[in-house]
Formats: sequence, C-alpha cells, structure tokens
Amino acid sequence: MADQIQTLQEQVLQARSNGQKLNIVGGGTKSFMGRQGSAEAGTLSLAEHTGVVEYHPVELVLTVRAGTPLKEIEAVLAEQGQCLHFEPPHFGDASTIGGTLACNLSGPARPWAGSVRDQVLGIRLLNGKGEHLRFGGQVMKNVAGYDVSRLQAGAMGTVGVITEISLKVMPKPAATTTLVREMTMDEVVEYMNRRAGEPKPITGACWVDGKVYLRLAGAKSAVEATAEQWGGQVLADGEQFWRQVQDMQHPFFDDPELPLWRFSVDSTAKTPELDGPWMIDWAGSQRWYRGQASLDQLEPLARAAGGQVSLFRGGDRTGEVMHGQPQALKTIQQRVKKSFDPDAIFNPGRLYSWL
Amino acid sequence: MTTRAKVSKSALAEQFRAFIDPDFVITDDETLRPYECDGLAMYREMPMLVVLPETVEQVQRVMRICHEHGVPVVARGAGTGLCAGAMPHKEGVVLSLAKFNRILNIDPVGRTARLQPGVRNLAISEEAAQYGLYYGPDPSSQIACTIGGNVAENSGGVHCLKYGLTVHNILSVEMITAEGDRVTVGSDGLDSCGMDLLALLTGSEGLLGVVTEVKVKLLPKPEVAQVIMAGFDSIEKAGDAVGGVISHGIIPGGLEMMDGHAIIAADDFCGAGYPRDAKALLLCEVDGTKEEVHEHIAEAEALFRKLGATSIRTSQSEEERALLWKGRKSAFPAVGRISPDYYCMDGTIPRRHLARVLLEMEKMSEEFGLRVANVFHAGDGNLHPLILFDANVPGEFDKAEAFGSAILELCVEVGGCITGEHGVGVEKIRQMAVQFNDEELQQFHEVKAAFDATGILNPGKGVPTLKFCQEYRSIEHKQHKHQQADAAHG
Repeated sequence: MADQIQTLQEQVLQARSNGQKLNIVGGGTKSFMGRQGSAEAGTLSLAEHTGVVEYHPVELVLTVRAGTPLKEIEAVLAEQGQCLHFEPPHFGDASTIGGTLACNLSGPARPWAGSVRDQVLGIRLLNGKGEHLRFGGQVMKNVAGYDVSRLQAGAMGTVGVITEISLKVMPKPAATTTLVREMTMDEVVEYMNRRAGEPKPITGACWVDGKVYLRLAGAKSAVEATAEQWGGQVLADGEQFWRQVQDMQHPFFDDPELPLWRFSVDSTAKTPELDGPWMIDWAGSQRWYRGQASLDQLEPLARAAGGQVSLFRGGDRTGEVMHGQPQALKTIQQRVKKSFDPDAIFNPGRLYSWL
Repeated sequence: MTTRAKVSKSALAEQFRAFIDPDFVITDDETLRPYECDGLAMYREMPMLVVLPETVEQVQRVMRICHEHGVPVVARGAGTGLCAGAMPHKEGVVLSLAKFNRILNIDPVGRTARLQPGVRNLAISEEAAQYGLYYGPDPSSQIACTIGGNVAENSGGVHCLKYGLTVHNILSVEMITAEGDRVTVGSDGLDSCGMDLLALLTGSEGLLGVVTEVKVKLLPKPEVAQVIMAGFDSIEKAGDAVGGVISHGIIPGGLEMMDGHAIIAADDFCGAGYPRDAKALLLCEVDGTKEEVHEHIAEAEALFRKLGATSIRTSQSEEERALLWKGRKSAFPAVGRISPDYYCMDGTIPRRHLARVLLEMEKMSEEFGLRVANVFHAGDGNLHPLILFDANVPGEFDKAEAFGSAILELCVEVGGCITGEHGVGVEKIRQMAVQFNDEELQQFHEVKAAFDATGILNPGKGVPTLKFCQEYRSIEHKQHKHQQADAAHG
C-alpha cells in the first residue's frame, strides 16, 4: 500500500514548468490501445500508487488508488463474496483499475451489469496545473457538481491523471450456468435480443464460430429453471469460455498482427458485410471484426448500424483510431481538455490527433 | 461572464414571434406568473419572457438569438424540480420544452425508446408496457416530471440500487449548444468513443446545453415483485437489517426506510396498516423470476427476524403490494397534512452512519424548535428529511432553511454529499462550498465555460462563485464544519 501522490504532483508541476509532455502509464498492459504515444514525452508512472484506501462490503463501496492491479482488487473482494461485476478485461497481471477506467473497458456482463463507467462513484484527479481534486464521492447517488468522474471513461488520460477511484461493487452470483447452441450469424442477432428481452437472469450473450453462448447467473433456483426453459447444451467449462472472452484470450483474438476492430452499435443492427471473422458480444451491442481495413471505410458502416467503430488492436496507429467526432463535439472536447490540462501535458494525441 | 442583455424585452419578443406562434411568446405578467418558480416554490423570480417552441429548429434559433444578445436561457420541462434549478432569470428567457411531448419510437426488440424531452417519465413505462418493458428510473414526481428534466437532474427513484439512475439508463441525447449547434452525444451502441460527455451532461442542470431528444434503454418487466414490510423498535436495528440483506448477497429492487413520525403520518393518511408503535419501518421489495423472488423473500424474512424485527408482513398479492407502497409513496403529502408547510432535504450518507445522523438530526430538531420526519432510500443512502414549519410564522422558513443547511453539512461531514437526486440549483448553492474546495469549484466553472463561454445557460445555478464561497465559509462555525469535513475526507 503506497501513496505516491506527492511524487506524482511534483512530476506534473515539473513537466509543466519544463514544457514537457507526459504519457500516463499504470501497469503498461494497454500500450497497444489508442494512437501511438508521443516519443518525446516523459513517463508518469502510477504503478507504485497502489492499495485499497477504504472498503465497506456492507455499503458495496470500494475506494482504491488508481495503480492498484485488478487482480489484487478482485482478491480483496472475493474474500467478502463480492466482485467487480462489469468484468474488466485483464491484459496481464499488471492491468490496473485506473487504466480500466481511462479506457472504459468492461467485459461480457456489460449490458446487464453496466460498464466500469457506470460503477464509478467518485475519483481523485491531478489536473494539468498539478491540483489534486476530488469529484463525486463514496455514495451511490450524488448530483452535486458535474460528473467529472465518469467523464474520464474513455478519455484515455487526456483530461488528467486519475489517482483514486471509488466504485460500486456487487455480490457474486450464487449460481452460474452457460448454455450453448449452434446458430448462424444471420439468425443470432435477433435471437440474442429476444432472450435479453425476457425477464430472466441472463448475464452474457456471445456468438463466435457458429455457436451462441448464453450465461445465466443469480439465485440457484432461477438459473436452473431458466436453463430448463431455454434448453440447449450446458457448457461444462462455461467459466473458462467467459474468462477467455473477457480477457480477449479466446482463439478469435489470436494473431496480433491482424487488425482488431470494435463496433459499438445498435444491438439489433445487421452485421456489416465484410470479409473476415466476427465475434458478436453484449447481445449484439459489441461486435469484434478482424481484417485489413481503414477507419474511413468502416465508419459509414458503423454509422449505418447506429454506432461507432474503433481500431482496438494492431493496424496503423499513427493515424486516427477512434470514430470521428462532429465539429461541434470536437470543439467542446478540445475546450474541456484545455480546462483540465491548459498546457496539454497529458497523453498528447493518444485519443485523437487533435486532442 | 458577459454583461447582460442589451436587447429590450419587446425587441426580443418581436424576433421570436417571427418564427414562433405569437401566442407562445409570453410577455405579460399574468401569463408569466406560473413560470416564476419550479417545485421549490420558496424561491421565485419573474422571467423577462417565456417561449414555447415546437420544433428543434425553433429551439436552435432561440438559442442563436439569445447567444447573440447575451440573454440568459433557462430550459424548463414540467417544473417539478426541487432545487429551484428551473427558477427563471429576471433578465432572461424561459425556454419551455412542454410542446415536445411525443414518444418518437419504441423498439421492442432492441429495448429502447426515442423520446422528445417533454415526455413524462411515467408515460414511457405506460407505452412500453404493451411489450413487457418499462423504464427504470422512477422519481416520486414520475406522473408529471419529464425525461428532459430527468437528464438535467440525473433523477433516481426508489429502484436505483438495482437499476441505476438516469445516467445508467440513457444511450444518447440530442442537444442544442449555447451557440445554437445541434449535436448528438452518445450513440445507439452502449459505449462511445472519446470523453464521456453524455455523463457530464447528465445532472448538469441545464448549464451545458438544451436537450431536445433522448434515447433511453428499456428493461423487461420482472415476472414477480413482492414486498416485505418490517417494523423495528430502533433505527439502529433497521439500519443493521439493511446491511444484513445486502451483505447476504440480495440486491432488492427497492429498499426504503421511514422513521416513527413518517410511519404515523403515512398510516393516518392512507391506512396502509403500518405498525404504529415501530420506531423504524423497512419496505424491502424483491423482484425477478418467480423462483428467485421465492428464494430471496424467504431469506430476507429470516434475516429480518434474526436482526430483531418486531413485525413482518409480506405482500401476497399485487393489491397488497400496492397498499404497502402507498404509505411510502404518499409520505410527502401525508406529512403535508400534519404541518402547514414542509421543506424536503436530499442529503446522501454512507449507510453505516445512519443512526448517528438521525440522532444528531433529532438534537438539531430540538435546537431549532422544528419537527423533522425522515423517509430514506435506505439501499443507496439517500436521506429525505422533511422539516416541518409554518410559512405564516415570521422567520420560521429562515429557521427551516438553517436547519436544512446544518443537515447537509452533517451529511458531508460523515463522507456523504449535499444532494443525491434533487440537484443544487439555487437552493443548495451555498453548501457547494462545504463539499468542494475553491480549486474544484474553479474546475467546474472552467468545464462550464468549455460548453458555454458567455455563460447564458441557466446562470447563477449549480456552481457558486468563489467570492461567494469565501464569504460563506468565513462564518466561524461553518469553517469549523468544513475542517471536520476535510478530516473525514482525508
């Protein structure tokens, strides 16, 4: 357990007075994400800024320093029968909670359990002036001031250094089972949406390699009764399948050279016609595509499906990798960035070339 | 901040009447009067004028004209807010979205609804019911309040612990910026690229943009819901029972607590059959599949018994469930009957401090010489103390306000916050200085400026000026409280 806030603050102030840029790094397991970091920038490491600050299982609230590895957090929660139910992906043992929030990463349960952004209750943040600020709090409901905590989700460190996070945690489900059946990609989107529309304890709906996997989790009696009603084969090693999807260790994600694209779209949209394999997760809301393509080529397809596309891994990371923004939102984001980081110290160009 | 309006009321009205039905550009005092306040009627101000556009293009033109002249704009839905967030600006325009009341589309398969901002919260669930769906957040004002206002306040309700707040249940909003640009924030996907501006807008009290369309998520209606009513002879025991259920792994759909004063007032009001001798009452609703509810109700009943419940009653039918809830839902009017006026507060605390906070509140009640009744969203720590007073007694509202202020500062002191769901508006702007320091407040001002450089959107609400805060904190006992709060945070 180590509080490095003073050191971090000094580093920011020094960078500011030297006109230096800083790449913010936690465990370093997400360096493949976003645009290529600036080569001239120094490193601001949060790897030592770790530890649980407060944990009240009865309140369902956990406060941790941002550099704390997910693995460590989950071990602490497991002792109390609780978990991070947004199922953050681990890209290695070093993956941290701070990086998870900055990249807004959530696992297969996301449509039902919410995302990491949804579970954030408050943060502490170092802005570009070296001020250590507190937003939100440790309570479920808090509407005092703007929601700066959730603003961080997906901002990839461009609006400040997250140093501490308070999160809502949840009890682990009493029982879990996975049903699997064969289905074509054309049929599965409607099927998954129909299942998600039933008032049943569903917490996963993923299609890959011609098979659809549905996960049920909750009270034992409810899980058993629903499994019987819905039918299909019970997958013996269900837990392993979902773990692989969550951590992107499933064979679908092999071959790091082949670009991996993430489509975040209307759950009912027709899957774009492209050559190459797809994985459909989140009951249709998140679709992974593997293939050589350009962002310019894929953006119209994502828009037609009601959503957005980003280059998640591999490919050219010198150009834009995130779905483009309309001019008015671009201007607002540039101004918001400036309000937190007036000298543009943090993660320059990591999210967009213009940020 | 720019100097205000150089344009005259009549010149402005004339510009609006060029593209808005002249009957809906209101300038006379008599017709303006109903707009002078929102649900917190103690705070009033007459606007310069009110407009009721009926197309998004008209809203856009209103914004452009106001931006050009530096005229303040206060967007307004149903006016049910409880923090004077929709109180007009005397040199400004009230932009009523009342005519935007259409449900544009419901997608029963994708479980979403596309709505104009003036659609009433309850109307969404009523329309979705034919597909077995409903909209999660259910603030007490849901019969009247609108989805646009819900976005502005990040409204919750009694089902937040399990189903979340407005921010968790919306996919995108279309808004008009201060400069009059029309933009969509968010998408039909669950996550969008870039900073999460959707979260920033939610709960921003109309200070960052004017919402003209909202896309919400709908949920499948649970198969069954049952409610347990449990009476306790002390607040502590009821508080422990709440913790007991949650740490047992049960997340109730709703978990509400009422204190002795509220129990009697509510029972007198609607004959819900509440245990009148109890010092605290819990309503614990479990929803889900038949099997799940059956299993969890049995477990929760056993837990409450073990933790000292003096009476337990579980609803056996929909009618009985509605009756048990009726008392809670009518708690505010019920309290309204035992006192000429009441003032509803909205602090949030970590649940473990409940007994301490209620005890201190009782002491304050004696000090201020005003009664207080408590209803409490126990699952998520949101307190609604109702301070009873008589506005006709000179000075009594000031006393109620001071009492309320002391309660909110106590909430911050124990690690909570000054508002869980009602918002800051004008009402709690002073207490912002207790929850945040100057650097944090300055950061809020800069965020606001990123959206609205000339400060025309709902000025004077939400975030206090730093000068004001320094004056507020400089009062000696306030400063002492603030230091305590810092220590509790540290």
